[in-house]
Amino acid sequence: MATLSVCQPQLGGFSFENCKRNAVLEAEVTKLGCNVPSARKTGTTICGVVFKDGIVLGADTRATEGMIVADKNCSKIHYISPNIYCCGAGTAADTEMTTQIISSNLELHSLSTSRLPRVATANRMLKQMLFRYQGHIGAALVLGGVDCNGPHLYSIYPHGSTDKLPYVTMGSGSLAAMAVFEDRYKQDMEEEDAKRLVRDAIAAGIFNDLGSGSNIDLCVITKGRVDYLRPHDMANKKGVRSQRLIRPVYAVTGNYKYKQGTTGVLTKSVIKLDLEVVEETVQTMDTS
Amino acid sequence: MPLSQLKDSVPVTGMGPQVGAYGVQDTLRSGFSSVKNELLPSHALELSEKNFQLNQDKMNFSNLRNIQGLHAPLKLQMEYRAARQIQRLPFLQSSHLALDTLKGNDESISFEDILNDPAQSEMMGEPHIMVEYKLGMM
Repeated sequence: MATLSVCQPQLGGFSFENCKRNAVLEAEVTKLGCNVPSARKTGTTICGVVFKDGIVLGADTRATEGMIVADKNCSKIHYISPNIYCCGAGTAADTEMTTQIISSNLELHSLSTSRLPRVATANRMLKQMLFRYQGHIGAALVLGGVDCNGPHLYSIYPHGSTDKLPYVTMGSGSLAAMAVFEDRYKQDMEEEDAKRLVRDAIAAGIFNDLGSGSNIDLCVITKGRVDYLRPHDMANKKGVRSQRLIRPVYAVTGNYKYKQGTTGVLTKSVIKLDLEVVEETVQTMDTS
Repeated sequence: MPLSQLKDSVPVTGMGPQVGAYGVQDTLRSGFSSVKNELLPSHALELSEKNFQLNQDKMNFSNLRNIQGLHAPLKLQMEYRAARQIQRLPFLQSSHLALDTLKGNDESISFEDILNDPAQSEMMGEPHIMVEYKLGMM
């Protein structure tokens, strides 16, 4: 390859070299009537609720690529720090990379301050990064955790705005989940009630939104303990094939074989085929 | 502090036409030119990302000047200039360790460290031209 004649050394980070080429390609392709491949999104239902001792985060597990389900069991609750977890909706790669970068930054920060990281720190870091990229990073997040000041829950939008609330929902199924929250949320719930509420909210999103589906994951964060329940509930089980009770002892699933004697035999004739050996050759294999 | 001394606008280096010596387009060094390419950025974030570090520094120094007086940013910029001189030749990879420590970049990770790492780039800069540019001979 020829060396580039560049005066200044290259910088890291995003490179916009191919943007003009991509714009031209997209125009050409739409003229022909085809579609450019789209990014994998998590049309999603994610939600979080603050209860008496901590936070419950919930998410469904379907990732879509246009009209096709790309991943039937993807994990949308990402680790940020031992006491902070984050659910992500939007473009799957963006949420994944953003949460990993913030997790690394929080780890470095907590090593340098030698304290457990706070949820407000993670919120501030995420908000500043998302605003810097003006919404081109499509990551809508629900951030929750328990730190020295108690439980905190934030919702973060792709352009960088944040809200600190007792219950939040995000994603394409957020309206269905928010309806359940608005009906049954109470302050200072017990852990089991909070888990049931989040499970019902995600189930509402799964059954009423095309972009959400499969299982329900929960993450319960309290002071000193994190329960990552994956899967907590399998709302959409794949269908079981038709069962045939061939013997009364056990049922065989998906077996389409019929037992011998089902079809009555009318006549039977056996014709012997006489084969004549015409030529016999032996080929030695070269195994040296 | 009188209001007239507070700076509220930071000039952004934009995308102008690439002029070489004699004030005309330098086709040999910067390639063919097209008015559309020069005037419009190819992506909404291209300009803001190219100048992000510069703008952040300008904003921080401006704040520091307004809060602590002129000496604070002057001292810091002197240290940055000294640290920037501890580098290898421009076409080789330098670690920028002193500069990163001064700026606080050793305690954070961002897309600059993950994507498009210059140490892993497939192309190398042209050594003579890069050194000439750095020494101001070009």
